[in-house]
Amino acid sequence: MVFLTRRATFSASHYYWNDAWPAEKNQQVFGRCANRNGHGHNYTLEVTVAGEPDPVTGFVVDLKWLKDVMEREVLAAYDHKHLNLDVPEFEQAIPTTENIAIAVWKRLEPAISAAGGARLSRVRVYETPEIFAEYRGAQ
Amino acid sequence: MSNAGKAYFGRRYMMSASHRLHTPALSAEENRAAYGKCNNANGHGHNYVVEVLVGGAVDADTGMVVDLVELDGAVQERVLDRFDHANLNHDPLFADRVPTTENLCRTVFALLRDALPAGELDHVRIEETENNFFECSAGG
Repeated sequence: MVFLTRRATFSASHYYWNDAWPAEKNQQVFGRCANRNGHGHNYTLEVTVAGEPDPVTGFVVDLKWLKDVMEREVLAAYDHKHLNLDVPEFEQAIPTTENIAIAVWKRLEPAISAAGGARLSRVRVYETPEIFAEYRGAQ
Repeated sequence: MSNAGKAYFGRRYMMSASHRLHTPALSAEENRAAYGKCNNANGHGHNYVVEVLVGGAVDADTGMVVDLVELDGAVQERVLDRFDHANLNHDPLFADRVPTTENLCRTVFALLRDALPAGELDHVRIEETENNFFECSAGG
């Protein structure tokens, strides 16, 4: 088994807010992230797939294909967008780094599975160089 | 998102510390052979990066595995206040152990394992330089 990772970046804005809570509790729990006008990050996305190298090409997956899948399924929806306002899955879920990692998995997994080769192994999302979340599928 | 099972939250911290790799179990010559320039009598220092990965369910109300501010507080209190700008050889935890980064990694894992505000400690990774890093997880 070989693990192959492709990295991409996207820039987006968001805020943290739970509609079920009063404003004071949102401020208390989420702090600066609760500013309703939002704030932004340059996110780095790492997508890891796992599989055996093809005996003919030596590829686990074609990296150009993986790049296209990431651009089509994720970056087209997230890059230079407001995650709370522009992305359907965050109408309900708060766009924390954890939830972004899960959402990216859900966007990528069907396309990668359908290709019939490598499987999606891990999604890691860096909000800053010091903060990241990852998801490895339902465990 | 809340029923998606386990996710992981990671955070990277910096600390600067000095150490000397030397064991009384070996002779002076053997120490030099084993540790090379890291055996320098007066020690030397590094800017360590401590990466902490916490696994757990994503809280349905907050969307978080662990609260960043609370995690920062635990790491600050247990690890950074103890080791940042310190000489690792002088810490009681290294009285009987050489402060290699392998041993530092295990020590940090043990200090944090029971101190997390939420979730479980999945691994601790310590980067000693840009080219050296060490990882410890619950199994080892």
